[in-house]
Amino acid sequence: MTELSTWTTGRSADDATGRYGSPAAPNLADVLERVLDKGMVIAGDIKINLLDIELLTIKLRLLVASLDKAKEIGIDWWEHDPALSSSGRSRALEVENDQLRKRLDELEAAACVDRGAPQ
Amino acid sequence: MSADLERATYTYAIARPFHPSHLWGVRGVDGTAVHVVSDDALVAVVGTLPFTGADEVALRTKLEDPAELEAIARAHHAVVETVFERSVTLPFRLATIHDSEQRVVEMLRAGRQRFDQALALLAGRVEIGVKIYADLVSSSPTSGRGGGAVEDEGSADPGRDYLRRRREQLLDRASANRRIADAAARTGDTLARLAVDHRYHRAQDPRLSGVTEENVLNAAYLVDVTSIESFVALARSLDIDLAETRVEITGPWPPYSFAEPDAPQGAAETIGR
Repeated sequence: MTELSTWTTGRSADDATGRYGSPAAPNLADVLERVLDKGMVIAGDIKINLLDIELLTIKLRLLVASLDKAKEIGIDWWEHDPALSSSGRSRALEVENDQLRKRLDELEAAACVDRGAPQ
Repeated sequence: MSADLERATYTYAIARPFHPSHLWGVRGVDGTAVHVVSDDALVAVVGTLPFTGADEVALRTKLEDPAELEAIARAHHAVVETVFERSVTLPFRLATIHDSEQRVVEMLRAGRQRFDQALALLAGRVEIGVKIYADLVSSSPTSGRGGGAVEDEGSADPGRDYLRRRREQLLDRASANRRIADAAARTGDTLARLAVDHRYHRAQDPRLSGVTEENVLNAAYLVDVTSIESFVALARSLDIDLAETRVEITGPWPPYSFAEPDAPQGAAETIGR
């Protein structure tokens, strides 16, 4: 257990002052990046397919855009949309994932051309 | 164990044993209490979710709701951090769920070698995040300097002159951006020499991070506790060397990015995505 004694010495007890360049509550993007895309992966008994962070970002953007639009014209269609309400969503989510991936590939290809980057 | 079948066990991390009092009062996902399941010199830090296999869809639904996802992600991270403050910690990815605590013990046994190896690498070390942002010059014709607004006085062929200027402009911007990206990649590699290990991550999306500048380097470094100060000092000094960029240092983090020892290692990406 010698590991433990050397371990604690380097870390400040106070979270707020022991951190570099970030406030006490870390940036959500930093947290999501780590807990969704990093960390040890163990196949549990219950399989939860998480959206990876890239797809999540796209989904959030679509959702925000849709909500703003909906609010503008005063409708609540998302309550009935199978991809956004809780019923019948599994299949819809898979389809949506595929669509988002495809869209992402297109955007990436476009971005590469736009920036004059290789590949 | 019919009682166990009514609930699911959520694992936050594996660690070397520490005093259980450090988990007193700690709340995890959905505000549930946290405790350890031990096997020999390994502990799994777990919580019991009021949840059965039949509710799987409900959890999945929750994880797709941005606000719920944020709450769950932060709760997961808070528990991992608490453990990390006390012991050598191997953080788990979000939503690792078993049918019972007995199944977690079986996981500890089955993965012992893998867990021991990972923990040995992580002992006495922390993860430091280093991101470099740059105000890359846009290649869009409507923004940036010039923008084609200059009048072509007395030119014989204003159309051709415009196209030539525009092409030169784009080439200038591309090379300026490339120079920044290369400098960021070099910085990443310089810091890597001071670290035990490193990972270059995908650039963060401005829509999620809220940062409008381009993220040209997103790196994680595994650093000895004894070299944190010198590592951070070096990272900060590099900040000054790169005039057009801004360096953001985060951490110390539990070593999420180094939890999988065999993750492929690439050279520093230039502009990611």
